[in-house]
Amino acid sequence: MSKHTIHVTINGTAYEDTVEARTLLVHWLRDGLRLTGTHIGCDTSSCGACTILVDGKATKSCTMFAVQADGRELMTVEGLEQNGQLHPLQEGFHEKHALQCGYCTPGMMMTGLALLQSNPNPTEEEIRVGISGNLCRCTGYVNIVKAIQYAGEKMREAQQSPVAAGEGGGE
Amino acid sequence: MATQHMHGLGEAYKRKEDARFIRGQGNYVDDVQLPGMLYGDIVRSPYAHALIKNIDISAALAVPGVLAVITGKDLDAAGLAWMPTLSADTEAVLALDRVHYQMQEVAFVVATSRYAAADGVEAVEVEYEPLPVLVDAKKARDPDAPLLRPDKKDRQPTNHIYHWETGDRAATDAAFAEAQANGIVVRQDMYVPRIHPAPIETCGCVADYKAATGKLTVWMTSQAPHAHRTLFAIVAGLPEHRIRIISPDIGGGFGNKVPIYPGYVCAVVASLKTGRPVKWIEDRTENLSSTGFGRDYHIHAEIASDKDGNVQALRVHTLADHGAFDAAAQPTKFPAGLFHICTGSYDFKHAFVEVDAVHTNKAPGGIAYRCSFRVTEASYLIERAMDTLAHELGKDAAQLRLQNFIKPEAFPYRSALNWTYDSGNYEAALKLAMKNVDYEGLRREQAEKRARGELMGIGISSFTEIVGAGPGKHFDIAGIQMFDSCEVRVHPTGKVLARIGVQTQGQGHETTFAQIIAAELGLSPDDVDVEHGDTDTAPYGLGTYASRSTPVAGAATALAARKVRDKAKKIASYLLEVGEEDLEWEPGRFYVKGAPDKGKTIQELAFAAYTNCPPYLEPGLEAVNYYDPPNLTYPFGSYICVVDIDRGTGQVHIRRFMAVDDCGTIINPMVVEGQIHGGLTQGLAPAMYEELAYDANGNILSGNFQDYLIPTSMETPRWETDRTITPSPHHPIGAKGVGESPTVGAPQAIVNAVVDALSHVGVRHIDMPLYPWKVWQVLKEKGLATD
Amino acid sequence: MIPGSFDYVSAQSLPEAIALLGQYGDDAKILAGGHSLIPLLRYRLAAPAVLIDINRIDGLAYMQETDGMLHIGALTREADLDRSPLIRNRYPILYDTARNIADPVVRNWATVGGNLAHADPANDHPATMLALGASVVAEGPAGPRVIPIDEFFTDVTFETTLQPGEILTEIRIPAPTERSGGAYLKLERKVGDYAIAGVAAYVQLDANGLVTSAGIGLTNVGPAPIKARAAEQALLGKPLDEQSIRAAADLAEAASQPTSDTRGPAEYKRAMVHTLCTRALRKAAERAQGGAA
Repeated sequence: MSKHTIHVTINGTAYEDTVEARTLLVHWLRDGLRLTGTHIGCDTSSCGACTILVDGKATKSCTMFAVQADGRELMTVEGLEQNGQLHPLQEGFHEKHALQCGYCTPGMMMTGLALLQSNPNPTEEEIRVGISGNLCRCTGYVNIVKAIQYAGEKMREAQQSPVAAGEGGGE
Repeated sequence: MATQHMHGLGEAYKRKEDARFIRGQGNYVDDVQLPGMLYGDIVRSPYAHALIKNIDISAALAVPGVLAVITGKDLDAAGLAWMPTLSADTEAVLALDRVHYQMQEVAFVVATSRYAAADGVEAVEVEYEPLPVLVDAKKARDPDAPLLRPDKKDRQPTNHIYHWETGDRAATDAAFAEAQANGIVVRQDMYVPRIHPAPIETCGCVADYKAATGKLTVWMTSQAPHAHRTLFAIVAGLPEHRIRIISPDIGGGFGNKVPIYPGYVCAVVASLKTGRPVKWIEDRTENLSSTGFGRDYHIHAEIASDKDGNVQALRVHTLADHGAFDAAAQPTKFPAGLFHICTGSYDFKHAFVEVDAVHTNKAPGGIAYRCSFRVTEASYLIERAMDTLAHELGKDAAQLRLQNFIKPEAFPYRSALNWTYDSGNYEAALKLAMKNVDYEGLRREQAEKRARGELMGIGISSFTEIVGAGPGKHFDIAGIQMFDSCEVRVHPTGKVLARIGVQTQGQGHETTFAQIIAAELGLSPDDVDVEHGDTDTAPYGLGTYASRSTPVAGAATALAARKVRDKAKKIASYLLEVGEEDLEWEPGRFYVKGAPDKGKTIQELAFAAYTNCPPYLEPGLEAVNYYDPPNLTYPFGSYICVVDIDRGTGQVHIRRFMAVDDCGTIINPMVVEGQIHGGLTQGLAPAMYEELAYDANGNILSGNFQDYLIPTSMETPRWETDRTITPSPHHPIGAKGVGESPTVGAPQAIVNAVVDALSHVGVRHIDMPLYPWKVWQVLKEKGLATD
Repeated sequence: MIPGSFDYVSAQSLPEAIALLGQYGDDAKILAGGHSLIPLLRYRLAAPAVLIDINRIDGLAYMQETDGMLHIGALTREADLDRSPLIRNRYPILYDTARNIADPVVRNWATVGGNLAHADPANDHPATMLALGASVVAEGPAGPRVIPIDEFFTDVTFETTLQPGEILTEIRIPAPTERSGGAYLKLERKVGDYAIAGVAAYVQLDANGLVTSAGIGLTNVGPAPIKARAAEQALLGKPLDEQSIRAAADLAEAASQPTSDTRGPAEYKRAMVHTLCTRALRKAAERAQGGAA
């Protein structure tokens, strides 16, 4: 039962901690660091409620040990909102009623984020493939697809005209 | 009795509760962390049926971090080894001398960390002596079947729990005799498999007993916090005013979070014993293997019809598999729930239904998974049997339904099994669905494809739901009448805090109930905050399940708001110096008849209630309503499913699914549509993917999400939805509830479609789930399998 | 689902990993993608004393065509295969395979090497590699050696011919010839599941459209990945028409040894081998003749 001191950056903040080798990343985030936005839904890496980004890659944090995150940059749902501004994905999920109980939502948004970062203008089919590792029991996925499409559009607009995205219009 | 559009109703308000969820700031039970908190984990039986010879906890107690191991013997000393169920049976909390199903709870380990508790569970040594296993419900009453419940053999000497029947047997039998001679009788055996609601959040609690105050607080995944509080008081002998149940945010319920599970009781006991908070959260395998399942009905249904297809009588016999304990969660007077809605949307003259329930070596439960108390089973049987009749007669499935629907002018309609349906217009819903899919065009296409050897099917389900339990005279949970409640308090500056007795698990009550109040008082829903789930503050209610929130608590909410408005009118009368009869209301304002400029807004009236109150009235502006509904409500709909079958693999591809729903007055169309998408997906799942399967030794074969097949975005069709609106005449805002309708209506639309695709070669039924291999076996048998 | 205790060590180089494996022997397990291993640990179905994490080793993740061979580093993630234009255009059978493994999030971490070394007959790459006539490179204390894929799997579940102390480092696939094509078809109950049955088919044709080389691999229809040799033989020198395809599919079906389980009865799985083999060969023919991908 080895213990290890790890250094991990999460949502831009540096953390240092000493963990047992067997501590799952999701437990370290939730119980150790009180970042409870990431959820646990299954035992077999099937449901995706625990999805976060590890070095930019969507990752099921129940299928990784905290020690494996040493030296890496993580992003969790808590990192989506920046300076009081909601991320287009968060806006999209709200606008399109893409959540009901909210339990799968953090993982779903993080997978959506990774998807849009690598494929900024996905088709509906590509979105459905992209979220096929995240289970939802409440929504039937229809509105989740719409929310990701909404976010994709907002993110593309922001890329094309960063000035127009709420800054100094009309100068 | 509202039929007009009301301000706030019918509007797609974006949800108020989203703000915390999209930020990952929901407060689910496993997010609760208290100082000094301990963790509990459960030792479970690997055997489906066995004697317990010995439990050795010494190695477990030696595991670092383990503080205690509670066994059945420890609980027995406090009279807690067994607890009553909601169905007049008892259920083991921790097994004493034997185990009755695989994964049954045997011991509870308490430790300082989650990980130490798991290590402790691993270290407990239990010696079992296996017993013969009974998993086939059809064998449960065989003379040589093992007696599974010797603990109650004095009052129940076999595995047969109860026989229940309703309807007119003699008249029904006579109608069948007539049809046998001069009409047509169809018979169909159908199995509705055992499934599991599997919300993405599993069950759990944090129990915190404070000896100094004698107060027990339990954060709990509970769909019915007040009922649970009362049950805890009765079962644990704790004073009810010192028990506080808090349902914080719940990550999906679907009926899974209605029963009381051994883990909750053990956590409470552990907290009492240690004086510290104790958290117990089950994992997914435990959830699927031991918590309340749904369905498991072996149904035999028969329809007697005249030779033109006018249905006369329905006769149903069902064998119900309740698992090892009868812990089905339904109103006590209805052991088979509302199963006798099974005459459905059709005008049967006579009907007779009987249900026999048995024990098997499987987990307890039966009523869950969006079933409206067995309405899923009832609707399935009638829609399948009607299709069987249609195919036997060579009649189109839509035509047969239209011919037999209860007519709009027949409402309120008393069914042959004594339900009084409040309102309905079944023909309008089916015709809208048919129009939306171009039904005639689909039938033409099917004929063309059939000629080319392609297998295309069209399935219809025209269901009638029954929800909103219910009138206290007939409906109770553990004796508590099934009313519900709302308390509305208006603050001096015109903002509202309301508390309700129901409990959302994603249905959006913080928004929809705010809309109800907003509509009654002419406010913005932004000015109305709705709380629930804390038994210390919320008025007593029976919780959220069986689609009862809108019909019952929604009514209470409208009526409480109207009481507030009535008092506001009195204050307006005082301030405006006119009689109440001279006042008119428009949303947000009372004004003088004929002098519309003279008025007071609801905000002014609220302020006056605290600052300038009429001397003959109590100050303040609040009201509470406990609503005993006069009847249930009857949402309905028609679904049409189009499938194509791959002759090489047996795979069923759902090309199209059109769902027309009628839930009466719609509070929030966006929320309703979301409920329908989700409910349809939980109707697709049992039809094609999900099953809690057991082998002959009682080993559960689908006890995790690798093997229990929850549909992903890839299996789920692009649902199409539409609405008709037929308000409930007895509901204050005409609303009926909708959450479970799609799960009630969808599976048979899919099964009917697949059977329809093969009806031309004589196929009349295939049992769910429609796995590719099952469909392929039929293809093979009929010479239709290719590459 | 909480794992039992173990010691963890992260290897920084291949020699270090090999040395650690030598040191700990049977007490150790390699941690690569971890999506087969970690669930086993969570259920305590495996309880190694030591985990040797090889994810930090540089130079084991690449996809390169050189010298008539595609070289894939064993730590290459399935998602990289899925996203690679090289794979999609020149090795579509590998693209078919990668995107059928588990789900997209799991594919970010699951490795090609792990999919092979775990030797689960339910894994997807073994059948494809058998069809492609691939080989793998194993490195151990005695240095690297090349193992042809049909000598890599035995007929025992979860067993390979890797020697103790050896790590899989590379997979080698012969580059496609002018008229070659393949396809992998997986029948699954839902996305994320293991195959009910899977068939990989890869053919090379001469200028007259006759088969000069054929590879057919079967997924999850036996105790180990299956190479349908008789089916392959039967195609040689024939055109890929319906008749020869049917004959091959008959033989592939006969080579399968499925058991009945919740995915279906054995009879069904055998029939699906036939159906999938037929469809995979048709698709392989299309691709070999320059048809649609």
